[in-house]
Amino acid sequence: MQTYSAYKMLYFNFAKIQRHRIMGTNHSFEEKFQAYIDGENKIEPKDWMPEAYRKTLIRQISQHAHSEVIGMQPEANWITRAPSLRAKLILLAKVQDEAGHGLYLYSAAETLGETREKMIADLQSGKAKYSSIFNYPTPSWADMGTIGWLVDGAAIQNQVMLMRTSYGPYSRAMVKICKEESFHQRQGYEVVMKLAQGTPEQKAMAQESLNRWWWPSLMMFGPSDEHSPNSAQSMRWKIKRKSNDTLRQEFVDKTVPQAHYLGLTIPDPDLRWNEERGHYDFGAINWDEFYSVLKGHGPCNKERIEHHVAAHEEGQWVREAANAFAAKQAARKKANHAA
Amino acid sequence: MPLPPNKPLAKKPITQPKPPINMNKDHWKIWEVFLRSKNGLSHKHVGSLHAPDADMALKNARDVYCRRSEGISIWVVPSESITASTPDEKDPLFTPSDDKVYRHPTFYDIPDEVGHM
Repeated sequence: MQTYSAYKMLYFNFAKIQRHRIMGTNHSFEEKFQAYIDGENKIEPKDWMPEAYRKTLIRQISQHAHSEVIGMQPEANWITRAPSLRAKLILLAKVQDEAGHGLYLYSAAETLGETREKMIADLQSGKAKYSSIFNYPTPSWADMGTIGWLVDGAAIQNQVMLMRTSYGPYSRAMVKICKEESFHQRQGYEVVMKLAQGTPEQKAMAQESLNRWWWPSLMMFGPSDEHSPNSAQSMRWKIKRKSNDTLRQEFVDKTVPQAHYLGLTIPDPDLRWNEERGHYDFGAINWDEFYSVLKGHGPCNKERIEHHVAAHEEGQWVREAANAFAAKQAARKKANHAA
Repeated sequence: MPLPPNKPLAKKPITQPKPPINMNKDHWKIWEVFLRSKNGLSHKHVGSLHAPDADMALKNARDVYCRRSEGISIWVVPSESITASTPDEKDPLFTPSDDKVYRHPTFYDIPDEVGHM
């Protein structure tokens, strides 16, 4: 008994030494890095990492941040005309959350050595992308429900996986975001549910909105695995933990019963339960549309960036005033100190 | 009935490439944010943000990190004021404690008859 617990501690140390050996001098940095990741360890900002890992993360996290920020626009479209004060308060809170999510993510990307100014400049010049879904318009109140239900639902599917991503700051940002995102999806489903259970005209509104958002939502998971060349490396580095097609299938399986509950029809004649696979089969996605929107030819690409640039420029005096005020306060403090 | 989209903030053509953002004028330093979730617990790092001064950093921290009663007290610290150890120092700093198993209570076996200790 005496020896057992001491032995246990020694064994524990032995395991640590083994881990050290893996990280020791006999392997290249890349091999050590991969072994460290394979051991389910998180990478933190100051740790050594391959340049490609850093670049991939900067690209992915900044695009994720841009999506949150641009994603405010389609919904902000309805803040001034929400059908009730309750709906308006909820929508305001949700849009404010999206701004917050963008900020968590920009901070996470900054830990990799990228500056905020550079990321915003890349968004505005079109060099950096954001999720294509936000290039679709929101002409109906029902869209506020459908976006929460489907678009945030798809985002959650992806983000729950990203809570386990290998880069510490990204993973921690995801934990915070996922906690808040659940409110987004539930409030969206509630909006759709109220319409679906309302008058025939209201139900038709919900159906019309679902018809427009269903396919773009499936495209949110990105190209099919065989056409997603960066996916394999991202999976090896455990930046991504599941493939695009796996996430898409999980989303369909979860969402179809939710549509059935509402008495709404998913606009896909090929959609059916496959007993053998234990999953829903669904129709072919129009990838031409996906790539066309990605390249800037979606219904609202131009409007979204134009609005971002305008808002940024109109906020310039606020940033300058804040800087001037901070300088004045600092000077005053210094003068008081000297006196 | 579909409504027209909101009026854009300004009508400026976007086809022209934008002048690069003025890095110096726009640059606000980075602050690290720590929150105490309730009395009795210590402040915990929750993330970072940009602000021109400490007052604005506090206000921004409230908006960015406390939208759902996450805290009752906020610390903001300029990132540049933090001195951190580097991963290279990990071994000299932390491995000496690895071989001192006798510092852990489980190193000692106390007979069951003695009861919880």
